[in-house]
Amino acid sequence: MSNPQHASEPGKYLLEVRSLSKLFGDFCANDQINLAIEAGKIHALLGENGAGKSTLVKMIYGALQPTSGDIIWQANTIKVDNPAAARELGIGMVFQHFSLFEALTVTENISLALPPQLRGGDLSQRIAELSSNYGLPLNPDALVADLSVGERQRIEIVRCLLQEPRLLIMDEPTAVLTPQEADALFGTLNRLTSEGCAVLYISHRLEEVKQLCHDATILRHGEVVARVDPQAETAATLAQHMVGSSVHEIKRQDGHDTGNNLLQLINLNQPADTPFGVDLLDVNLQVRSGEIVAIAGVAGNGQGELFSAISGETTNADFDAVIIDDVACGQLSINGRRQLSAAFVPEERNGHGAVADCPLTDNILLSRHAVRDQGEALHKGWLGIDHQHLDNINTRIAKAYDVRSATMDAEAGSLSGGNLQKFVVGRELDRQPRVLVINQPTWGVDAGAAALIRQALIDLSRQGSAILVISQDLDEIFELADRVAVISRGQLSEVYAAQDLSREQIGLLMSGAHEKPAHATSS
Amino acid sequence: MTAYETIILTVITASTPLLLAAIGELVVERAGVLNLGIEGMMAMGAVSGFAMAQVTGSAWLGVLFAMLAGVAISMLFAFLTQSLVTNQVATGLSITLLGLGLSGLIGGGFVGMPGIKLDYVAIPVLSELPLVGKLIFGQDPLVYISILLTVGVAYTLKKTRIGLIIRAVGQNHHSAHALGYPVIKVRYACIAFGGLTSGLAGAYLSLVYTPQWIENMTAGRGWIALALVVFSTWLPARLAAGAYLFGGVWILGLYAQGMGVGIPSQFLSSLPYLATIIALIVISTNRRLSVINTPASLGQGFVPDR
Repeated sequence: MSNPQHASEPGKYLLEVRSLSKLFGDFCANDQINLAIEAGKIHALLGENGAGKSTLVKMIYGALQPTSGDIIWQANTIKVDNPAAARELGIGMVFQHFSLFEALTVTENISLALPPQLRGGDLSQRIAELSSNYGLPLNPDALVADLSVGERQRIEIVRCLLQEPRLLIMDEPTAVLTPQEADALFGTLNRLTSEGCAVLYISHRLEEVKQLCHDATILRHGEVVARVDPQAETAATLAQHMVGSSVHEIKRQDGHDTGNNLLQLINLNQPADTPFGVDLLDVNLQVRSGEIVAIAGVAGNGQGELFSAISGETTNADFDAVIIDDVACGQLSINGRRQLSAAFVPEERNGHGAVADCPLTDNILLSRHAVRDQGEALHKGWLGIDHQHLDNINTRIAKAYDVRSATMDAEAGSLSGGNLQKFVVGRELDRQPRVLVINQPTWGVDAGAAALIRQALIDLSRQGSAILVISQDLDEIFELADRVAVISRGQLSEVYAAQDLSREQIGLLMSGAHEKPAHATSS
Repeated sequence: MTAYETIILTVITASTPLLLAAIGELVVERAGVLNLGIEGMMAMGAVSGFAMAQVTGSAWLGVLFAMLAGVAISMLFAFLTQSLVTNQVATGLSITLLGLGLSGLIGGGFVGMPGIKLDYVAIPVLSELPLVGKLIFGQDPLVYISILLTVGVAYTLKKTRIGLIIRAVGQNHHSAHALGYPVIKVRYACIAFGGLTSGLAGAYLSLVYTPQWIENMTAGRGWIALALVVFSTWLPARLAAGAYLFGGVWILGLYAQGMGVGIPSQFLSSLPYLATIIALIVISTNRRLSVINTPASLGQGFVPDR
């Protein structure tokens, strides 16, 4: 993949970044960043959301131009004009969100992204060879629409490898993988580094950074705060560098009492309503008062469909399929279910959980106009709205959940991702619901906000509510859950006590170990 | 000429303008653009071709001018929908109204004039073959061109890099743009190709099918062409089969009317549209079919990120 003699060149480093800064108007996204990557090493780039990781990487990859500072590639100062120039140099990047064409084959997708000189010959043959060499099984003639997220990521990696990169940048690659798939990816990365390729690995999963990376540079608020050897650190000390103070440790007491079933799913079957959707097959689940049950799974295995079926966004012909607080509500609307003291927080906060163009108080009204919690009604007279009351609730949420916005009643879309998530979660938690269903509670939220949200969920459950958490983050699941089930291809596994379950077992379940074969053909 | 030959010949001449207009629209839609202005572009092609042939006395110059007229009016559509990002449905409808109206205005002085017909091309020897010779090898040149175009489009879309780029642009214009492909330029080129074949289809009507100029002589063929593209699920081979099927049904309707068959002619002339509706239902129930061939960004305007 690369010539070993490069390693002995005068510059010790393959890529060096010196005093690199990027200003967006007055805002300094990167301030005097220094970074050095050696050939054959995996270098972690750590930081919270908004710490400036993406900006830095985009400058290295040529998608953004630095305001000042130098990029030094193999001891030469260079200017990377655009991503094509970066690829020419030997810098490849695997993005977090893939820009693939669903209706085209693997080969066609890769061919579209390759420079002319690499397209020639039998491309599908080369793809097949390279993918089997690196343990990335891929059928060159398959349509992307038929592939899993993990396989789609392999397309991106193979595309990069075909260009024989000297430096591979990977942006949160394991966010979409099962633990087993992640292990396979680590094998590929180790193989690459043994051939002299360097990897810049962006992640906020500290355990895997410790496991995989040789070096780590930590960013906070656009500045480098530390360069450390991840092997010599603990996950806690790495987190401390990232956040700048010690992260709030979540307090939970186990062995508490749980009560009766507040949420039950009984033989829930729900055909998908979109072509890319997943059918739910015979889902059974009980969530008791006082406990948190988590559903793990790789994205796109029916989590969204399950959430909609429980919240009432899609109703079910079978009344008994969903039972909230002993009321059969398969056909009840979402407000009908809210009136049973259930609350729902969907995955997508912008556009689903909140209307971006509406102020926060309107967003409170939208999800709470039909319910009276603690005797509070939001309407005044026949058609009026009690704005004073809405303002009070908004202030209360902002205070309790640390929602920071430019003005008290800002438009939802103007809040940062983490703050909007705190608002959306806070809006529902403020009701003190008896049943809470929450999909991806801390997706794309910084560590501080995530800790706050998780603590609030635990506190609510310990007051006797039943909470169902759907999450792809295993760390989060082990932090929160009393019991865990795994969803794969619309089928839910048995529910296990969290302390009896290892990551490996969850991984096996994620890849479908519990699926009933009869169902695979009946759908 | 036997009755059998006459019928086949009329079917081919009825089908060719449909195929010409539809094969262009197929490319346009594969690139993710919905141009509802085919009827108007055909009308412009018909009147321009007829007028040029009258002025110069050459049917071939008429054909050439008809294609230019089709491209010109399609570029108006392209400018509005691609550069100004107007709504494609509304713009396409206005192009149809504009083309029909403008062609009536231009053609006012040509009504009733005897037309100039494009000569048949008989391929030597082969056209003398019994039974099929005259039908396959004794057609007007535009029939051959329509078939060559269909084969060419099928090959280009499936086998060549240009075709891959067109499909990519129609599938997901954001990704295509991110990879550095000029989405808007590709769409301009495809729209121009659609205008060219629509103009050609119009010329076929006024220089071959009925060599004269009559206002509204396109008689809804542009809409059938549009329906055909959907009917074919955006595949050129199916498009050709569909065009000949639709042409056949059309002629069948005329013959049935002439012979006084007890089926209302309105029913027969509605058959192509019924077939399209059924095709749409079949496509929508077959997920795989809809995923693979339907251009996912069809009808959506593209504004590149700044």
